[in-house]
Amino acid sequence: MPAWLRALFKNPASIAGVVLLIGFALVAIFAQQIVDIVEPAVAQMEVVQSPGNPYQIPRDGFTSQPQPPSATHPFGTTEGQYDLFYGVVWGTRTAFEVGIIITTLTFIIGMLTGLFSAYYGGITDLVLQRIVEVFLAFPFLLAAITAAAVFGPKVHNGITTGIIALTLFGWPGYARIIRGDVLTIKERDFVLAARAVGVGDFRIVMRHILPNSMYSLLVVASLDIGTYVLTFAALSFLGVGAAFGYADWGQILSFAHDWIPSLATYWYIVVYPGVALVLYVLAWNLIGDAFRDALDPKMRGMRGG
Amino acid sequence: MVNYIVRRLLILPIILIGLSLLIFAMISLLDPYTRAALYVTSPPKTANALNQIVVEYGLNKPIPVQYWNWLTQVVQGNLGWSKTAERPVLQAILAYFPATLELALWSFIPIIVVGVWLGVQAAIHQDQLIDQVARVFSIIGYSFPVFVFGLLVLMIFYAKLDWFPPGRLSDWADLIVSSSSFHAYTGMNTLDALLNGRPDILLDALRHLVLPALTLSYIDWALILRVTRSSMLDVIRQDYVTVARAKGLKESDVINKHARPNALIPVATVGGLVLVGLMNGVVITETVFDYHGIGFWIARSALQLDVVSVLGVTLFEGALLVLANLVVDVLYAYLDPRIRLG
Repeated sequence: MPAWLRALFKNPASIAGVVLLIGFALVAIFAQQIVDIVEPAVAQMEVVQSPGNPYQIPRDGFTSQPQPPSATHPFGTTEGQYDLFYGVVWGTRTAFEVGIIITTLTFIIGMLTGLFSAYYGGITDLVLQRIVEVFLAFPFLLAAITAAAVFGPKVHNGITTGIIALTLFGWPGYARIIRGDVLTIKERDFVLAARAVGVGDFRIVMRHILPNSMYSLLVVASLDIGTYVLTFAALSFLGVGAAFGYADWGQILSFAHDWIPSLATYWYIVVYPGVALVLYVLAWNLIGDAFRDALDPKMRGMRGG
Repeated sequence: MVNYIVRRLLILPIILIGLSLLIFAMISLLDPYTRAALYVTSPPKTANALNQIVVEYGLNKPIPVQYWNWLTQVVQGNLGWSKTAERPVLQAILAYFPATLELALWSFIPIIVVGVWLGVQAAIHQDQLIDQVARVFSIIGYSFPVFVFGLLVLMIFYAKLDWFPPGRLSDWADLIVSSSSFHAYTGMNTLDALLNGRPDILLDALRHLVLPALTLSYIDWALILRVTRSSMLDVIRQDYVTVARAKGLKESDVINKHARPNALIPVATVGGLVLVGLMNGVVITETVFDYHGIGFWIARSALQLDVVSVLGVTLFEGALLVLANLVVDVLYAYLDPRIRLG
């Protein structure tokens, strides 16, 4: 077992994180089956907007008042009779998709930029780094809101808007880190040796530099999944992330905003999706904390960015 | 030191131009009629007026020409017309900014005081109970989405107990504040209430500030705690602290007079960034608490696809952030001479 994997089972906190995450993964994989078994009536309901899309939460009528948990709706319904249990269960799948897609995209873009910038150096590096600085100059959430407002009307479906917005402003952080790593590695003797025997640029980067600079960072990047899910939920809460009625925790929570004075009665419209979101992000952060300890003891307790 | 500041100032215009290019790139994705709103200072009267604007401001001209036109406008302080605020964007920013600044300042004080105290305690009792509790507390802190936290505290302290309502002021106080007898010196209610000698309004404003300020603070508590802790751990292992102990100083003097001041240098930097970062947090917090500041306005603009307002604020805050980063870096270099060499 490699060291970073062993780190996961060292303290109770990270074990709790692993257990939680496996639980969420199971719910995401078996979303359809869980809904079929727990609320067969809801699973059969027609979806009004984009029928046939399982990510659209079924509605039981159109009354605006949320309805308390019952036999048909174990978690109750939120404004507009969207079924909360269905939304929370399918929202798990959305959470994994959002996190994994955004992390992969930002990582690839950041990696290529950082690699290019550091390996060629000189004017390329200067220009690329200024571009990175400009992107980093924006407050992240505000920039994402701007992008979502600009792109939203163009790509109006599902979760695409939020993904584009977060990817657009998420990559520069990785570019920075990878650039730093590559700068040190390209000065090492084995790179010089490869160049001395006439290996081409492309091959040096792919075979010698990339594998040596990427390993630890890949682990760190995968742990940003929690943060991206959280930010995506925030965009959805503001109404510019996921489409209306989409099974996304932030989107479901946005309904609660209209019922603030009576939240004491309608507690279920906040508590169920809210707890799911908090536990999901917590799971990633618990694991991330253990990884960071293992990778770099000096970093203990610090968060990037 | 002067060299360092000059070097930083020289990069500043490059970043600001880059900032404007990026914003303009997003503007270019909009259709000419939406872009027209960038150049006017009042809503169009007739349908044809819009076409006139497109021609007059050259919105059908090549992109570089348009960029130059737009930049000249922006430099003169014209950021366009905001549909949502029903006034020019710059005026709206100036009108909403004091409310946001007030909230940010009221959150900043508890963040630093509580965060530093917890961090120092965690460090001097490393791996003991308080350290573990602080660690768990901070992990939960940054796992808790702002809006979920906000909704939960509203559920308990407003819907259930009715202690702290959302909004900025109660209706009666709002009437007084917007009347002519009340002079709005700063636009910040708590400060204005003091200056006008109205303790009742001060109390009412504070009552509305408690929940949003708490919501804004808890995430950054975790951050300040962690930074203080790790920097304090570094410092108390250094030789000069051992010397202080060896010469027989009281433990409280060693911590408070020798270790803590040096441990707070990184906290000062992070603290500066936190104050700016609060600008990020306010979008959600102000929306949840119906607190009418820049964040509230911008979230509503995004929802109503009032892109002009959103872009204006992004440009404004981007520039603000660049300047704040500069101040923080210079402050850091001043506090810690080792940085200037780098």
